[in-house]
Amino acid sequence: MNVVRRAVALDVAAIRAQFPILNETVRGKKLVFLDSAASAQKPRAVIEAMVHAMEHQYANVHRGLHWMSERTTETYEGTRDLVAGLINARDRSEIVFTGNSTGALNLVAYSYGRGILKPGQAVVISGMEHHSNIVPWQLLRDAHGIELRVAPITDAGELDVAAFEDLLRDGKVGLVSITHMSNVLGTYTPAERIVAIAHAHGAKVMFDGSQAVVHRRVDVQALDADFYAFTGHKLYGPTGIGVLWARRELLEAMPPFLGGGDMISSVTYERSTWAQVPHKFEAGTPAILEGIGLGAAVRFVQDIGYEAIAAHEASLTDHALARLGEIDGVHVIGRAQDRGGVVSFTLDGAHAHDVATLLDRQGIAVRAGHHCAEPLMHRLGLDSTARASFGVYTTHEEIDALAEALIRVREFFA
Amino acid sequence: MFDDLRDLYQEVILDHGRRPRHGTRLAAFDASAKGDNPMCGDRVQVFVRHGADGRIAQTGFEARGCAISIASADLMAEVAAGRTDTDVRALADAFRSMARSGQAPDGDAAMERLRPLAGVHEYPSRVKCATLPWHALLAALDGQGGASSE
Repeated sequence: MNVVRRAVALDVAAIRAQFPILNETVRGKKLVFLDSAASAQKPRAVIEAMVHAMEHQYANVHRGLHWMSERTTETYEGTRDLVAGLINARDRSEIVFTGNSTGALNLVAYSYGRGILKPGQAVVISGMEHHSNIVPWQLLRDAHGIELRVAPITDAGELDVAAFEDLLRDGKVGLVSITHMSNVLGTYTPAERIVAIAHAHGAKVMFDGSQAVVHRRVDVQALDADFYAFTGHKLYGPTGIGVLWARRELLEAMPPFLGGGDMISSVTYERSTWAQVPHKFEAGTPAILEGIGLGAAVRFVQDIGYEAIAAHEASLTDHALARLGEIDGVHVIGRAQDRGGVVSFTLDGAHAHDVATLLDRQGIAVRAGHHCAEPLMHRLGLDSTARASFGVYTTHEEIDALAEALIRVREFFA
Repeated sequence: MFDDLRDLYQEVILDHGRRPRHGTRLAAFDASAKGDNPMCGDRVQVFVRHGADGRIAQTGFEARGCAISIASADLMAEVAAGRTDTDVRALADAFRSMARSGQAPDGDAAMERLRPLAGVHEYPSRVKCATLPWHALLAALDGQGGASSE
């Protein structure tokens, strides 16, 4: 299996050469960055796109009649086309820029939740959500009388599909909002089945694709999804820009979220009318530079290609599961059949924070804690885990370094 | 390999982190508070029982957290015994100052006992691990239900 995967693997050395930060040393050691699921590093193309805009081509967008504004608008709006292509949206107007995935989820919870869902209806999430896909629905529940239901996960860390469907049987569920890939367990949820079940029971489906879109090709039309959210900074782009994709007819039916400039058609003191989608949902001066950076990030990912990315990361994940699995006292959390490049683990006799501090001493960056998924931690009976996560620049040797370091950490706390 | 980490993980910390002497809920207590570090999920609840003389007779705690936070809670419980609330508040100030600066006044027996935790000052993300139990203890003495390290 590994042989086949490596044969199609991408040229990691060439990719690493595009990430200046990977030349840095940390505490005198070569940086081993295994925290991409929290935020990915940035390739030179993204850095240069943003610097180029600031040095040569920058003004506010959508309003100036001058050359600089027109050129900046073209570049910024070009990202909307690139993103539409990335996830195969039917139409560029279905791409709404937000601050991040959290912004996209809150937009839907507020606008669709209060504007379209009716009190007494329910929203279903899963037992492995990030706080960003829990708390907005709690706010909606408390403000608008929407019931919040949680679909359980199995001990292996997969969605309990039968229990999920049971939650929809009474026909009250208006929306399912669920991760496409867990940031803790690495589990891919069965997106097509979720959509088929939800639609059969009259519910729309929103995916939190923050992790998934980094690792696999996402085709929102093939998924038959209704909403899809992701963030730029995990996709090798800058912070401060995220994406909400939604079917155009849904966006058109939804009331605005934030009011202000750029989102209106006309304003009088008596009433205002809204701009066409997506601008109806983009109040205020947008994250122009970040949008331009995201465009470069999308190009970067597409140049590598999702087939190569997915194969590389599957190989890394297999390698990590094998290496960590052979260390006594290390327990990998989650045994999903379909999983991406995120591996959470615990080490007997050592708290995850202590593990992370000792790994950091060797230049190895991992995340430790509850990963913004406290309810999932409770479900797993854990306080915290350490998490290694992979990107296009991650090497098998870095995973070996992690495994060897963990053996020394275990000895330290023995 | 981890020689430089021995400043942070001194033997006394590893020992008390692994085998806390005071890591139990007290059967009888007159003050208690929880401490929460929402960023990392560390939690501690301290229980205090005062004696007839008004001094702290016993402190116990239940915690989930790293070696630093458990050891800190345990050493805190140890040095709090026999002290007045006022003494403990002063000690908490001195401890928090030490955790941030690495410096502790010489000659103070209680601070000498806590000095192994001074190493956290070089790890900004870990300072709160060491100070969380103290925040909870102060909240208990103040009659508040809880404290947050944030």
